[in-house]
This record gives sequence, C-alpha cells and structure tokens, in this order.
Amino acid sequence: MSEESKPGWRSIPIAGILLEPGSAMKYKTGDWRAFRPVIDEEKCTYCLLCWIYCPDGAIIREEKTVRVNYDYCKGCGICANECPVKAITMVEEKK
Amino acid sequence: MSRIMGLTGDGAVAYAVKQCKVDVVAAYPITPQTLIVEEFSEYVHNGEVHTEFICVESEHSAMSACVGASLTGARVFTATASQGLALMHEILYIASSLRCPIVMGVVNRTLSAPINIHCDHSDMMGSRDCGWIQVFVENAQEAYDWVIQAFRIAEDPDVLLPVAVNLDAFILSHSLEGVEVLDDADVERFVSTRKPVFTIDPDKPITVGPICFTDYFFETKRQHVEAMNNSPKTISKVNDEFAELTGRRYGFIDTYEMDDAEAAIICLGSTAGTAMAVAKKLRDQGKRVGVIKPWVYRPFPAEQIIDACKGLKALAVLDRACSIGAPYGPLCNDVTAALYKENVRLNVFNVIYGLGGRDITPFDIEAIFNETLEVAKTGMIREPIKFVGVRE
Repeated sequence: MSEESKPGWRSIPIAGILLEPGSAMKYKTGDWRAFRPVIDEEKCTYCLLCWIYCPDGAIIREEKTVRVNYDYCKGCGICANECPVKAITMVEEKK
Repeated sequence: MSRIMGLTGDGAVAYAVKQCKVDVVAAYPITPQTLIVEEFSEYVHNGEVHTEFICVESEHSAMSACVGASLTGARVFTATASQGLALMHEILYIASSLRCPIVMGVVNRTLSAPINIHCDHSDMMGSRDCGWIQVFVENAQEAYDWVIQAFRIAEDPDVLLPVAVNLDAFILSHSLEGVEVLDDADVERFVSTRKPVFTIDPDKPITVGPICFTDYFFETKRQHVEAMNNSPKTISKVNDEFAELTGRRYGFIDTYEMDDAEAAIICLGSTAGTAMAVAKKLRDQGKRVGVIKPWVYRPFPAEQIIDACKGLKALAVLDRACSIGAPYGPLCNDVTAALYKENVRLNVFNVIYGLGGRDITPFDIEAIFNETLEVAKTGMIREPIKFVGVRE
C-alpha cells in the first residue's frame, strides 16, 4: 500500500493501539531481508535446531522437513549459523 | 459546604488526591515533593482511602507503573520534583503518547549540578515538550483547586492527556496556609469516576505500544497535537463548573490591574503573588502597572495573553529557568513567539531570576516594574535579558 492510500490521523485508533488481536500477521517483514536462507533438503537431518532458534518463527515444520516462511523471514542468518550440517545457505536477494 | 484547613502546598495536593478517590498512586520520594507522598501514604495506612499504593525503586519505575495502571482504566496520581522528573523524562512522553490521563504534582526544584534542593522551574521547563498539559499555581489553595480540576481535564475523552500541576519548592510546598477545602461528597460528585475510552483487558485484548514506523507514527503524533488543541474547550468547561461549585474562578491566565496598564510583568507560580502586591503599591503611587500570571502553561494561552496585553507599552517576562543558548528563557521564548505570530509589536524584555531558590524580593520586583515603565516611556530596551539577583 502506498502512503497515500493508508488511513489518515482522523480515522485511525488513538495512541497507536491495535484493536484487533493477532494483527502482527498482517505485517509482512520479509522485504527487510538482504540475504535469503535456502535449505538443502538432501543435507537436512530434521534436527529442528533452525526451528528452535529462529527469532521470528519463520521456520515452518513439515512432516519430514522444514521450510522457510519468506513472508516473515528477515534474513538474520541465525538458522544458517546454527545448522550443524550446513544445510542452510544465505543467498543474496537480487532485485 | 467547605471549611478552612491549615495545609502546606504539598499537604493540599495530598488532600485533594485523597478526595479524588484515586485508584493507584506509584511514587518515589524526593525533596521537596516528599510530603505529598508521605501524607498520602498515611491516608492509605489509616484506611481513609482504598488506593493501591505502589512503592517503587525510582521515578522511572513510578511513571512506568502509572502508565500501566492508567491503561487498565484506573485513576492514577504521582508526584515528583527535579532529578526525579528528569529520570522520568522518557516515560513522560510514553504516558502522554499512550494518552494516559495521569495527574502529577511537580514541586519545582532546580536540576543539578551543583546539587541544590530549592526552587526554580528548570525541572519542568526541561520537559516542557513532553506533550502534557501543564499548570502552574501561586499558592496552596490553587494547588488544591487545580489538582481536583486536573483529573476532570485529563480524563475527558476529548483530551486524554496527562496533567502536571506545578508548585514552587518550599515557597509553596512547605509553607502552611489556610486552604478552603470542599466536602468529600462535593469533590466526588465533581470528579465522578473515570470512564476510560479504551482499556487493557484480558477478555477483550488490544495491543498497546506496538512498533509504529514511518507509515503511522506521524499520524499518531498528529492526533496527540489535536488532543492538546482540543483541551482548551475542556479546560474552560471544567473551570466554569468549578467556579459554580466553589466560587473560585480559574482560567488560562490570571490578571491583575491589566485594564489600563502601560507596563506589566508576566510570571509563573508564587512570584506572581509578590508581583501583585508590589503592583498594588505602585498603583497607589499612580503608576500604571499590572501583572499577568499564566495558570495554564501548556497548551500555551497565547490568545489570552495577547488579549491582556492590549494597550500595554512594555512587558517584562520573568523566567525562573534558563534555556541556555536560546534567544530567551522558556516563558519569554513562548511569549515573544505568540506576539510575533499575531503580529503584535510590543517592547518585551526577559528577566532571569531566582535560580536555585535565590530569593526574589519586593524590591527586586519594584525595580523591574520601574525599568518596564522606563521602557514603556522611551521604547528603548537596555538589556534584552536581565539577570536579577545574581552577584557580578
């Protein structure tokens, strides 16, 4: 949304409060990312350390593998750093 | 019905807070505000109030606890002074931006260094842009009256801003005066109970204080400005109702002999009382002098001050604080900006006085009046900023 299409000060709740619970989901922070974690499924041992360490809850646990939720992953690289088998590579985001 | 009680300025504040049925007080003692908290804690101990009294480890925590309590919909009070206000500084902005109608007694004491416990206004002036409504009082009666009115002003849904009631250290805080107090029932009827616009409630969750970046922060600040802009309407309404109840008429400014004055002093707090007494003496000598005392400092009563200055030829603006490096002291910066904005040409000079509790005597005030009369006559300002009472 462009700045102009957002509601003005007269129509938003006061004090910056959010009236709707769980609305952080609407705030997609994936575009903050400079580097993207890419998981090599061949190397992944499903140890789930990346899932534990991810500060944004952006690692999604599937039945036998993990994947990254790029809508919220900010590209901090903690998962790649923690992965004991080096299955995660940080790849530069290209425009 | 009302009766007269012997109260110090601090005692008058504590007594008013007691009558306002405050839900939560979180405070940390600091001279010369200590009496407020001490006396109020006695009311709590004796079971005279049902207030949750939170003892905290600092003023930063005191204001933080006040913010949390206020967000639950509670009526909240705290008090501080000097270094304590400085330590609260960051939470002052959070309280006003989160639209918490907290009322705070500020017993104006200077800021270190060198360390000093006495009166000047540098504490509140250092936080004057924190988005709070600010009131300055001349005596204990006014302290009592404004604290009661402050809850009504702060909690009005059109305003929802915290209010600081400023009283001069020792000169007011520790001086005993006869104060006309109202019956508990009258105060209770006047302030009623707080009806919060939004509250934090586990059954109806909202998020308070989430991150707010470039896309919404400016809008939130603009709302804050609007709340301050709306506040004069509420302040006037509350002043009117209070006058009806007590016969004591408050407003944005108090004036003394301004109708035909050619020279005047404008000043905040207890000094105004001295200035009025001196003005009376000079009036008896046929000198046309007057006094303007802003009760409300934020929102700045520009319109009322300009109106009071009609026909005036010279004005001395007395500041009990420095804004070091600025064109004038804080009050004079505001007064001159207000005059310029309305295209009013008036001879104004600034007097810095009373720092660190240095006494301002009737002789000092008389000399300032005489200089203002001289400026009125000649149109010449010898010293744009005059330091009165300091040794050379």
